[in-house]
Amino acid sequence: MKKAGIIMIIGSLLLLGLFKFPLWNIVLGAPQYPDPLGMDIYIQGIQGVEEFDIQNIDGLNHYIGMKTIPKVEDMWEFSVFPKVIGLMVALGVIIGLLGFLGKVSYKWFLGWFIVMSILGLLGMYDFNLWLIEYGTDLDPKAIMKLLNPDGTPMTYKPPLLGYQKMLNFDVDSWPATGAYMIFAGMMLTVVAFFVGRYEYKKKVKTEPILKPALA
Amino acid sequence: MKRTINILLALVMVAGLVSCNDGGNKKSKRGNQGGLSSNAAERVYVAPGEHDEFYAFMSGGFSGQLGVYGLPSGRLLKVLPVFSQNPENGWGYTEETKPMLNTSFGFVPWDDSHHPDISQTNGVLDGRWVFINGNNTPRIARIDLKNFKTEEIIEIPHSAGNHSSSFITENTEYVVAGTRFSVPIPQKDMSIKDYKGNFKGSLTFIKVDQETGHMDIKFQLMMPGFNYDLSHPGRDKSHGWFFFTTYNTEEAHTLLEVNASQNDKDFIAAINWKKIEEYVNNGGGQKVPAKYAHNIMDENTHTATSTMKTEVLQVNPMDVPGAVYFLPTPKSPHGCDVDPTGEYIIGNGKLSADLTVHSFTKMIDAIENKKFDGEAYGIPILNFEDILAGVVKQPGLGPLHTEFDDKGNAYTTFFISSEVVKWKVGTWEVIDRQPVFYSVGHGMIPGGNSRKPFGKYFVALNKITKDRYLPTGPELTQSAQLFDITGEKMELLLDFPTIGEPHYAAAIPGDMVAPNSRKIYKLAENKHPYASLSDSDTKVVREGKEVHIYMNMIRSHFNPDNIEGVKVGDKVYFHVTNHEQDFDVPHGFAVIGANNAEMLIVPGATETLVWEPKEVGVWPFYCTDFCSALHQEMQGYIRVSPADSNIGLSWSLGED
Ligand SMILES: [Cu+2]
Repeated sequence: MKKAGIIMIIGSLLLLGLFKFPLWNIVLGAPQYPDPLGMDIYIQGIQGVEEFDIQNIDGLNHYIGMKTIPKVEDMWEFSVFPKVIGLMVALGVIIGLLGFLGKVSYKWFLGWFIVMSILGLLGMYDFNLWLIEYGTDLDPKAIMKLLNPDGTPMTYKPPLLGYQKMLNFDVDSWPATGAYMIFAGMMLTVVAFFVGRYEYKKKVKTEPILKPALA
Repeated sequence: MKRTINILLALVMVAGLVSCNDGGNKKSKRGNQGGLSSNAAERVYVAPGEHDEFYAFMSGGFSGQLGVYGLPSGRLLKVLPVFSQNPENGWGYTEETKPMLNTSFGFVPWDDSHHPDISQTNGVLDGRWVFINGNNTPRIARIDLKNFKTEEIIEIPHSAGNHSSSFITENTEYVVAGTRFSVPIPQKDMSIKDYKGNFKGSLTFIKVDQETGHMDIKFQLMMPGFNYDLSHPGRDKSHGWFFFTTYNTEEAHTLLEVNASQNDKDFIAAINWKKIEEYVNNGGGQKVPAKYAHNIMDENTHTATSTMKTEVLQVNPMDVPGAVYFLPTPKSPHGCDVDPTGEYIIGNGKLSADLTVHSFTKMIDAIENKKFDGEAYGIPILNFEDILAGVVKQPGLGPLHTEFDDKGNAYTTFFISSEVVKWKVGTWEVIDRQPVFYSVGHGMIPGGNSRKPFGKYFVALNKITKDRYLPTGPELTQSAQLFDITGEKMELLLDFPTIGEPHYAAAIPGDMVAPNSRKIYKLAENKHPYASLSDSDTKVVREGKEVHIYMNMIRSHFNPDNIEGVKVGDKVYFHVTNHEQDFDVPHGFAVIGANNAEMLIVPGATETLVWEPKEVGVWPFYCTDFCSALHQEMQGYIRVSPADSNIGLSWSLGED
């Protein structure tokens, strides 16, 4: 299981990219913003793509009564996410190492993947909750109160994934480098699982006597 | 007087002859201009959202400003305030910018700006700064091309009519300021009749700091009392020399149109500035009293300071042998132009029928062999024949200025015959001539003042407009005309109006300047002493009869928006900081009864307007620049109580 262990370790380490690269990116463009405004969402906080983008997004959002973009201290997620990711990386590397040394079964790799997937889905769910809250919990003294065609108050939740037209803005919300790195890393752990299984089966064929001992 | 009229009549008649010879009547020819038979419209059309290829900096003449135009579209991009107050943005009215217009004559809020020149490195445009001269109150301004803002103005003492200016050497080592009018130096009360031999002409060499652009007068050369009309630095092989045309070498003091046109030849003064610089660096020259202002705008405090200087270093050309020579040049030469190779010095004798071209190589040779033809005030005069490179024969009437393309051609403007003539440098043959509408002064080719011209366009800066546009009463804007010069023949593409009297212009490819253009000032770098960088900095402070209001603004409110406790007789300073950090979101500030101007405050900057309330009441102030959907709501009130009121200062924002 040497090969599978190495792949598992590499796959887990790829998650470290989240500490350096943004997970998500939301871009707001409009005719009067030829250089669109953008925010990069990191696990440790939100930053403007350009230096003053956050200030300018907040400036625009105050017309429709949206809250300002949260600072690091405003959301528990920004302190918890890095810890969770750090823990998962450590766990992945340990499992990979143990796998490399033949101390654990390849099934642990899949186990790690499943736990990570669940955490990821929870993260997305939490992110979506935040987007809903951010886009719908509007200041009652908002300068502009717009209604949908059906008469309900308009909300401004950016899309979780993809493109949406919001008033005069083209809003694009897409995964960024960090997300691609997690995706690649998680795929590698799946690959590690299959490679581990293949290596195991090959080993069982050549050394059938040991089989009962391993099982 | 009669004689003058006769001369003028003769000129007019000759002008008529020339244009007849030129293929008939201008009226009928005009129908063909403007490229009806070509795709001129396409060639000047800049589609919506696209940018022009060149920035053209065109002097605002008697407006005292500098116009920025796009080429080839001819669109006005901006008017940069330089020597004149500009109510559009409060330039020269705000407390921060007032010092920029300070001079030894006090506050001079206007001027006559003539010749912009773009900074160079190794003889090639570098897009750092534009320099321009103020003619009336001798001054040189430096405009920074990152900020597109006048950041420095230096006054020139011992000068009058700062006309042969502001041309720069090929590494921007020096900006020159040659005096058009000679004057008594130092100034004194004397009879004007005693002009001859007593008045002097100063040629001022201003050193430019390569890091900051800051200017400092290095030396003033005290020349004989001629009129120093225009100038041009040497290029390439003639780098290290500067050439000045002169007129009135007669040193007449009355009816100059006749009395200063008597000599068959006037001079081009050739100055070896490197030699003088060396002399000065070795302790040469004499410090003399002078009074002149040096004004600098600080990028971080957004505030100008004016310093009065008290002495200047004078150099007598006699003390630096071999530094100054006179090149005889026919009939009151106006323009003085050096070709991109630096070999040819073109003196446009404005009353001469021919164009005289001097050879730099021959000049050096004549100097080395001491081939002199007398002297004037101790300055050697070279022999005309010895230095002559060639003559462009009968090119037109009233030659003024010459520019160059990148293919060895020269383009000379002719005021009297109202045309541009293209001729070949070296063979002196006329290749093409095009009429202009009307009476052209300077012409301009982008980079035409450098070693590397961008020979795509020629702009004629015409003095008279007449019927080129819809009439606007007796006063018309001046006209510029854009020619395509890529072919053998020049082709008129476009007419466009300009501000003031655009004497000269300089142009540079957009991509050499645009990428460096500032979008905002960072609030974090704002060091203005009265800035309110956060809402907690806003306050109102009384110091005797002065009230200082620390105010900030962001879409779409002022903070504070209500102020009370000001009294009649107070002097109220509105120090307003723009908190926007977004490109192109300035806010304005205006208050009723202000006797100066409004302000336009760019993102991240602080500016101060003084307001002296004269009447009790509650007076509004508001934003003058439509900044956002709630621009109309961007307003506030200031309450003015009687002088003896005991209402204390208070201010608020957002309170019910
Ligand atoms: Cu405003």
